[in-house]
Amino acid sequence: MVTATREESPLPVLSRKDFVTDQEVRWCPGCGDYSILAQTQKVMPELGVARENIVFISGIGCSSRLPYYMNTFGFHSIHGRAPTIASGLKASRPELSVWVITGDGDALSIGGNHILHVLRRNMDIQIILHNNEIYGLTKGQYSPTSELGKRTKSSPYGTIDAPLHPLSVAIGAEATFVARSLDNDAHHLASMLLRAHEHRGTSFVEVYQNCNIFNDGAFKDFTAKEVRADRMLFLEHGKPMIFGKEKDKGLRINAMKMEVVQLGNGITESDLLVHDETREDPSIAFLLSRMDYPEYPVPVGVIRAVRRPTYDELMTQQIDLAIATEGEGDLREIFLEGDTWTVE
Amino acid sequence: MTTLTREPEQPEHAESLELDRVTIKFAGDSGDGMQLAGTQFTNTSAVLGNDIATFPDIPAEIRAPQGSLPGVSGFQISFSSSHIYTPGDAPDVLVAMNPAALKTNIADLPRGGILVVNEDEFNETNLKKAAYKSNPLEDGSLSSYRVFRVPVTTLTARALKDSGLTAVQIDRCKNMYTLGLMFWMYSRPLETTLHWIGEKFGKNPPVAEANKLALKSGYYFGETTEMFATHYHVPKAKTKPGLYRNITGNEATALGWLTASKLAGRPLFYGSYPITPASDVLHELARFKRFGVKTFQAEDEIAAIGSAIGAAFGGSLGLTGTSGPGLALKSEAIGLAVMVELPLVIMNVQRGGPSTGLPTKTEQSDLLQAMFGRNGESPVGLVAPATVSDCFYMAIEAWRFAIKYRTPVIFLSDGYLGNGSEPWLVPDFDSLPKMDPNFASDPATFQPYARDPQTLARPWAIPGTPGLEHRIGGLEKADITGNVNYEAANHNKMVHLRAEKIERMVQDVPDIEVSGEESGGLLVIGWGSTYGAITTAVQRARAQGKRVSSAHIRYINPFPANLGDVLKRYDQVLMPEMNLGQMRLLLRGKYLVDVIGLNKVSGRPFTIAEIEAKITEMVG
Repeated sequence: MVTATREESPLPVLSRKDFVTDQEVRWCPGCGDYSILAQTQKVMPELGVARENIVFISGIGCSSRLPYYMNTFGFHSIHGRAPTIASGLKASRPELSVWVITGDGDALSIGGNHILHVLRRNMDIQIILHNNEIYGLTKGQYSPTSELGKRTKSSPYGTIDAPLHPLSVAIGAEATFVARSLDNDAHHLASMLLRAHEHRGTSFVEVYQNCNIFNDGAFKDFTAKEVRADRMLFLEHGKPMIFGKEKDKGLRINAMKMEVVQLGNGITESDLLVHDETREDPSIAFLLSRMDYPEYPVPVGVIRAVRRPTYDELMTQQIDLAIATEGEGDLREIFLEGDTWTVE
Repeated sequence: MTTLTREPEQPEHAESLELDRVTIKFAGDSGDGMQLAGTQFTNTSAVLGNDIATFPDIPAEIRAPQGSLPGVSGFQISFSSSHIYTPGDAPDVLVAMNPAALKTNIADLPRGGILVVNEDEFNETNLKKAAYKSNPLEDGSLSSYRVFRVPVTTLTARALKDSGLTAVQIDRCKNMYTLGLMFWMYSRPLETTLHWIGEKFGKNPPVAEANKLALKSGYYFGETTEMFATHYHVPKAKTKPGLYRNITGNEATALGWLTASKLAGRPLFYGSYPITPASDVLHELARFKRFGVKTFQAEDEIAAIGSAIGAAFGGSLGLTGTSGPGLALKSEAIGLAVMVELPLVIMNVQRGGPSTGLPTKTEQSDLLQAMFGRNGESPVGLVAPATVSDCFYMAIEAWRFAIKYRTPVIFLSDGYLGNGSEPWLVPDFDSLPKMDPNFASDPATFQPYARDPQTLARPWAIPGTPGLEHRIGGLEKADITGNVNYEAANHNKMVHLRAEKIERMVQDVPDIEVSGEESGGLLVIGWGSTYGAITTAVQRARAQGKRVSSAHIRYINPFPANLGDVLKRYDQVLMPEMNLGQMRLLLRGKYLVDVIGLNKVSGRPFTIAEIEAKITEMVG
């Protein structure tokens, strides 16, 4: 549908500025959300979608303010429910490009149920989850992704509930597109947003986002520029899983577990796992989704991208088929279903 | 009420008596097919030209242990040669397929009533399951009824012994045998049901033939056996001319939603989570794919309304439906729809509460939840159908208000209306007024929260419209621009604007009409499904010369403009409702009128007699 619009009338050439609103951005100075907003605005002109056909929908939380700053159609809804509103909109208007902006609490705590179901339905929308591992808007309580034992205002003795791995949840919920990026790598983040848009089906992108007020430096042990190469794994489709400043380390599977190996001493690139994001079987994607620092390098990039019919296209097909086989609905015929009689 | 006219031309052994109205209760185990037998009796009577009203009485358990008391399923039908408004207070005939069905229903059968029992099922095991210490067929406890003991199980098995079906399959035909017998008793033709069996079991000819044979065998049993000295005849009713079909309230509601979509020229999107007794509306709408209807079975009640709000944002008729506990779950999202001022309709087919309550029973106890059950000042439109047929028209009305005023509207039906059925005068689509979604399109003048001066409605600006990109949400909106705004004066203004918008809907609410006196005496006023019982009770009281009038509220928020004046014109006002006085609270609060309550919360609808008794108590 989007391409059809493009063929009929060429889209005006837009720039990032066309996607900036007149609203003052109200995040704390230094928040990772600024960078995510900037990249989101930057990729919009590259989507090939008319601005009026783009809709940003969010729930509640710091990240969920983002739609106010996007000069598209936008809906800042209620806590956890953005996927439901996005589902109704996309199912009823499949031609629209629908983006859900959410956070770790919004998506995985209060809205956990909706995330599972939008993913299994494979509604053709993009879900961008800003994960800062803390509740920012409510000023500093632990979130469902906070590490075990974390001391916060609501857990002065440390948390006692195990955190979720967002990407593991997504894979478990039959997600067809799962990716991860980080707020301080503009180029990588922009490329993940574009890939999410290109994918047909629900695209689930986790973005590590620094909350410099309540959880500053949550990811810096592995995302800091000077250590990143050694502590993160930048996945590329079709390439062996290699990392390290010297590109001298890699991953292989040993006894059904991921194993970090040093290249050399008889271990070569051919011993390493080759990343295949299109692999139907989700097992390796799942292993990748559970690799935490310091035991493993933290993977970013597209972990899984498989094609499965989307809910919105199947819904359209059912309607088209019903009209083709049964004919377009006639109200009078439905009124008269069953036994009728005439009173003179 | 029964006029006896002998029909001498009947050549049979049994005499034929003409009756004005008969009420039959079919009762049996959940697996006995009583709903089916009842529905078939209804359709045949409707086609025959009787006025009808039905009331299914369904257990909450799908298949409680066979023969047990909780497993009893009932279906009451009243058919008449004159206009009727309810499925009858008490049955004239009770068909009891086992001891449990007898035990749970016999108290409703008046002395002298006809009792047809399947005597085969009155064995030791079943009597024990129904907690009978002795066999009521033998111990004389039924001596005040006209009891007909029919060995239905044995007779059905004998009739179908050559059918080639298994014993279990043959046993399942008992309901058709019984139905056949009742068709004979009340002089109904078999054609409608024979045709239905052919369609229903078309793919399985042996089963179809067996059911047809069972039906005919039951009929012939009545005709040939000397057990029944009389059979009965209920002539056609004199009803408004036109084309009719039988319809349930939930079916009429579903057709109302579909029709509203056609009238507005916008696609219907129904987001719903299965819940008794609202699920039938989902089932109905799911069939309408060829109309472009999109049904979305959501993961929960919240997702159901969320999806409807999303569809409404996109320009569809976003609809969600549920029953009591589901409405509680939707509360926060209704508040969102109030804030973003989008057209949205929420259907609540009420059931007994609180909590899970009585899923299959009826009640009107969600009224205050519908009116006020949200945080903040969050007024919504509220309409309630009065009858099964009215479900169709009020469903369209709900949309007319939602679209014109860009607001959520709650449609408050109940289990009694939803599952009950009556003849429906098929409407003429072309005579129904169209609705204009009136989408915004002009970027030069567009402001997200600018308002129509007459209705105070804001623009409906849907994605895909160039130049109208804007943001909405649950945070307080600035007047005109719709930007986020926390200023005191603005919030105060917006709360008042949202309230006034709902109040202004009164300009499209018809005045309430009173049936009876212009003023003075007693006014019995109701809302929702109590219409039939109230109307009949008041008609009977008036026939006795009592100074009693009736009126019915179908538009609840806002109320009709003349409602306060009407209430003040009478010496006494009575409000019968199936709750502890929720509408009474609203009327007293708004109009300072001392409304008296008649309140029933047994999970069952009012009987006419209950209302008559209260009228007598109040006016003598």
